[in-house]
Amino acid sequence: MTRPLARLVAVIATVTLAITAAGCSSGTSGDSATGSSLSVGFVAEPANLDFTSTDGAAIPQALLVNVYEGLVKLDQDGKIVPLLAESWEVSPDRKTYTFHLRDNVTFTNGKTFTADDVVFSINRVKTDWKVSLKSAMDVVANVEKKDDTTAVVTLTKPSNSWLYRMTTRIGAMFSRDGVADLANTPVGTGPYKLESWRRGDAITFSANDSYWGTKPKLQKVVLKYFKDATALNNALLTGGIDVISAVQAPESIQQFSDTSKYEVIEGTTTGEVVLSFNNSKAPLNDPRVRRAIRHAIDHKALLDTAWAGRGQLIGTMVPPTDPWYEDLTGLYPYDPAKARDLLAQAGQTRLNLKLRIPNLPYAVASAQVVKSQLDAVGITVDIEPLEFPARWLDVVFKQADYDMSIINHVEPRDVTAVFGNPDYYLRYDSPRVQELFAKADAGTEEEQVTAMKEAARIISEDAAGDFLFLFPNLIVAKKGIAGLPKNLVSESFDLSVLSPSEA
Amino acid sequence: MGLYLLVRAAVLVVSTAVASVVVFAVMAVLPGDPAEVALGVNATPEAVAAKRAEFGTDRPLVTQFLDWVSGLPTGDFGVSYVTSDHIGPQIVDRLGVTLWLVLFGMLTALVVAVPLGTAAAVRHRSVGGLLLSGLSQVGVAVPAFLAGILLVFLFAVTLRVLPSGGYTPLGEDPGAWFQQLLLPSLSLGLVQGAVLSRYVRSAVLDVMREDYIRTARAKGLGLYRALWRHGARNAAIPVVTVLGLQLATLLIGAVVVERVFTLPGLGSLLLDGVANRDLLLVQGTVMVLVVAVLAVNFLVDVLYAVLDPRLRGAR
Repeated sequence: MTRPLARLVAVIATVTLAITAAGCSSGTSGDSATGSSLSVGFVAEPANLDFTSTDGAAIPQALLVNVYEGLVKLDQDGKIVPLLAESWEVSPDRKTYTFHLRDNVTFTNGKTFTADDVVFSINRVKTDWKVSLKSAMDVVANVEKKDDTTAVVTLTKPSNSWLYRMTTRIGAMFSRDGVADLANTPVGTGPYKLESWRRGDAITFSANDSYWGTKPKLQKVVLKYFKDATALNNALLTGGIDVISAVQAPESIQQFSDTSKYEVIEGTTTGEVVLSFNNSKAPLNDPRVRRAIRHAIDHKALLDTAWAGRGQLIGTMVPPTDPWYEDLTGLYPYDPAKARDLLAQAGQTRLNLKLRIPNLPYAVASAQVVKSQLDAVGITVDIEPLEFPARWLDVVFKQADYDMSIINHVEPRDVTAVFGNPDYYLRYDSPRVQELFAKADAGTEEEQVTAMKEAARIISEDAAGDFLFLFPNLIVAKKGIAGLPKNLVSESFDLSVLSPSEA
Repeated sequence: MGLYLLVRAAVLVVSTAVASVVVFAVMAVLPGDPAEVALGVNATPEAVAAKRAEFGTDRPLVTQFLDWVSGLPTGDFGVSYVTSDHIGPQIVDRLGVTLWLVLFGMLTALVVAVPLGTAAAVRHRSVGGLLLSGLSQVGVAVPAFLAGILLVFLFAVTLRVLPSGGYTPLGEDPGAWFQQLLLPSLSLGLVQGAVLSRYVRSAVLDVMREDYIRTARAKGLGLYRALWRHGARNAAIPVVTVLGLQLATLLIGAVVVERVFTLPGLGSLLLDGVANRDLLLVQGTVMVLVVAVLAVNFLVDVLYAVLDPRLRGAR
């Protein structure tokens, strides 16, 4: 037996060695950044490519701005700037928007983009879209074509948030002949078009040769999806990808401390990690208890422990990239003695609270710190992790069967949705705040900023929730790749401005 | 032999039928509504109801079950809630990855276990044999995903000789394909090899004590030659049984290992399906896995009859 077996082992070993050796020169894509292609690692893969019928951040993250474009978009400072509309005018009563369209735009199916497509796309949100976001278009009374390059939208009432929402997926422009198979075949006007999608692995975009604007510097971009944070990091370490779009475990960032090879970019997102309270249910319907909890939490220590100090402390539900940002972190300084006083006033000295969190890393890490800090003021916290999204959505979000939860509210400008609607899972009902939101929406730009500031302050003073920290935008890339966004202000990851490293 | 096979085949069919009921029932009691998950936060009750009607999840469970199960024999697993595509082709696509992984994993296990187990048996009284035996115990204790993480650290991150993950289809680039499958297969196979080597060892030990080996040795054959010529078939029976059972473990291990190495196989399809509450997709995938395991057990039964002529006349 020994001889034939030994021969077999020898053959296998030789073949293996030969193939691995060959791989060192060709296989691992260490050289991909030098050509005109880049691969970017992401975490959440789109379930399909149709954001008109399926919710989730992964679809617009990949497609918006890159494949689909709207009339307007957000720039890095959160300002609304022209995209497919060269310019627009607002009527004095702030109800009519006249958009002047670019005349040299074509869809990737070869059709020319005209005002007819604007009418089609806006109406289609109302008639065919399935996701709840479509309600942002409810305020539109009428949209019509004036000529091929002019579209007029009339609103039922003045609304600042409508134009803002037009920068999100709601405002994406579709071709009248391009909506047959949205789940697999997106047809847009953007700088990239879909080349291939290997489910469970990667989406490949290639440059759209007939793009109307500045052509992208990369011929090809591969979006690679990783379920596992370690696998994502390893892929960059071994040259499998060029960019990590969002670092999943901030303490792992020291792996990339070699500044001659890697670059770490840290900025802000629109994700507020909120310790949400069930405002309608005892004992958290008592503002004194809610205030006590806010005083009992040492936010700096929490951020350092739970998220390696990456991120920014915020005092309310507004990120610094919104025009109505105000630093309110001083409203509830860390003060355990005051927390105990407030609890005593409320007659709640032996509190027991249920903290039902999604089983996501930031929530689990933060929950443990919250538990120990609240323990110090005499509040016993039971942490219960729920599978995200299915279980958490059902128990916390839909049934509001919870005392406290921790979730990263990622949508841009979501303060109105979260605190303006008494049916939302935080069950926060403040007529004054609702009135201010309405005023902000209808008013001029200045009136909007003033009203939003006041509402955000009231929400914080009321302790409608505790704002643990602003989720960081943490990108790690091979050195020299230009165009990576410092701040994440919109729901898309703009690939068109990326350029490869020269090295 | 004919009757024996007939009985085995009947068991296969009945088990599959029972499994389909169990799989459907488990999905039906799983908390979380697919329509709610698809629509996400802020969904209105009307939108959810419309989505349920679209998915067909508003119908009675019995109707849903019959609808699903009637398509199975023809390979019609229904349409995915999430991608709106037919599930059958998706499963076939992913199965391509997982089958290679399991096959290579099993080969690795055999290549590790047979020489290791035999050597440990032949030298069971010596220090070397004890050492091999101890080594295999350590191997048994290591879960496949941990083996994967360690292998990646060593071969991908430190030595940089193999990729840390990903998948390239065989047709596109056979070299890359093999490299990317190598570490996942090793992490699956080494652990299973350690388990299997324990069985090889005890099977070879049993055979060594048999009279016919003594006779063969007395005729002048060397120990290894005697084991090869006269013992291999007999020792193979328990080893084949365990190998069949291990296939189930390998498939489950593949689910985890695929995640560590980001392979787009059946395992990652299954996990995505669960997270998105794509119930039909999960049901279909689990059914394929169940049938695969049952079919392998059936094959093992058939192999018995081939390996051991005594079984052929048994019934």
